Amino acid sequence: MTDAVTLPATLALLDKTSPFHIAVDQAGKMIHTGPTLAKIGFDTPLIGSDLLSFIEILRPDIDPSFEALHAAAGKKLHMRFRDDPGVRLKGVFCPLDGSDVAILDLSFGIGIVDAVRQYGLISRDFSHTDLAVEMLYLVEAKTAVVGEVNKLNDKLQTAIVDAETRALTDTLTGLGNRRKFDTEIERRLAAKEPTSLMLIDLDHFKAVNDTRGHAAGDQVLRHVAQILAGVTRDGDMLARVGGDEFIILFAGPITIEKLDVIASRIIVGIETPIPNARSFCKISASIGITQSMNYDHPTSDQMLRDADRALYGSKEAGKGVHTIFDPRNGLNAH
Amino acid sequence: MHGLINRAIQCFIQDTYGGPAWAGIAALTSLPEGGFNALRLYDPALTETLIDTATRHLEKDRAGLLEDLGTYLVSHPNRASLRRLLRFGGQDFDDFLHSIDDLPDWARLAVPDLTFPGLELRSLGEGEYRIEIEENFRGAIHVALGMLRGMADDYGVLAVLTLAPDRPGIAVQVHEHQFSTGRDFNLAVSL
Repeated sequence: MTDAVTLPATLALLDKTSPFHIAVDQAGKMIHTGPTLAKIGFDTPLIGSDLLSFIEILRPDIDPSFEALHAAAGKKLHMRFRDDPGVRLKGVFCPLDGSDVAILDLSFGIGIVDAVRQYGLISRDFSHTDLAVEMLYLVEAKTAVVGEVNKLNDKLQTAIVDAETRALTDTLTGLGNRRKFDTEIERRLAAKEPTSLMLIDLDHFKAVNDTRGHAAGDQVLRHVAQILAGVTRDGDMLARVGGDEFIILFAGPITIEKLDVIASRIIVGIETPIPNARSFCKISASIGITQSMNYDHPTSDQMLRDADRALYGSKEAGKGVHTIFDPRNGLNAH
Repeated sequence: MHGLINRAIQCFIQDTYGGPAWAGIAALTSLPEGGFNALRLYDPALTETLIDTATRHLEKDRAGLLEDLGTYLVSHPNRASLRRLLRFGGQDFDDFLHSIDDLPDWARLAVPDLTFPGLELRSLGEGEYRIEIEENFRGAIHVALGMLRGMADDYGVLAVLTLAPDRPGIAVQVHEHQFSTGRDFNLAVSL
């Protein structure tokens, strides 16, 4: 065995095994740097200058003196370049026994990705035993997988919104469906928004379906949907809740006189014969109305029940009329 | 079969033969609506059916189609991430070949449930290699051949890669290491 390993041989060895290292003399001046630091390239020459003027020790919390660094030999150090404080370093300081020289071995640690980008490092700048390249590979693989997950998430989100829209829509008329109505009235009553509920049931619709077929029936339903859409404003909700049953929720305080006018316009519109296959479909509508202002504590069940009572009042009054539910006087057909 | 592989076949057909060709094949194979999900596992039989249908529909032989798939995977701009991940294996093509035994482990590191053909490199002399392949699906060797040819171009070497005549394997002869400039590779992900 030989004790006479020379300093140059040791430093040449370190260049291969720990390319990111600095050798300092007993005064703390840098006498050699491994190839990684040469690659990074600093404006000021490193050889001959003070190690601690180049690198700042952050942890452990020691005096900024070379003696204190010696005392921390073998411990894990957290550091940064004074010229480039954004880049964090970790490493270990070790005196080389039998010489005046000590070695500071460095690593980028978790900041490796940024450091590689910033300094344009390549595989050769790391020792073959360093896992830096594997680490970079993993970061890149993870990025690709997360990108794929995000794309899928976006697709799923769109699909969920589509499904929700479909679940609240009557596919034949494009109006809301029963679920849409239930959700909307609960929301409005919970928010204590004044709401008027108009229940519209078509008269003589069954005859259209029976004599002219379902296609004609569907056309009539779409036609009615258009008429109803014509009398609603932004904020009102329009739904088909049964085969030939529609509901309008009017937003805001509306007078009974205004509801009278709207209901009459709807019935006139619906009674206008609808052209179909060189003849006309003739239908009408009966309407029942109630308002949330009628109740101290309005519930959707109560309002639907009363609108329904009013509707049947209209049917009994000979169809083609509308009835407004009045909590004091009962029903009031028009 | 992992969705990544099915998805790769789908992208290969779309990017190489066009959307309508893929739509035709997808209709004949009764594939999941919206194409394959790269993060799901599928019945291996579905991949077999897909490859069979594609060969018939595109009028290609199975070996040729799979080899084109391999080359596409490492050379098409839409697949840049795979090519980059493979380049982490080595600084030059010989280095890359020497890391090929580890390729299944590298793949598992990225996608834990991805199955990969078993690969083993044998050095036969200066620039001469033999890669033994244990196929994880019928024709995996052709995909590997296409990928290795693509990677040789990527590194800029002049190499002849052929199917070994006797048993499943690929014979590699590297003639010139600096044949062309090859493609750039930086460790850092470009932003």
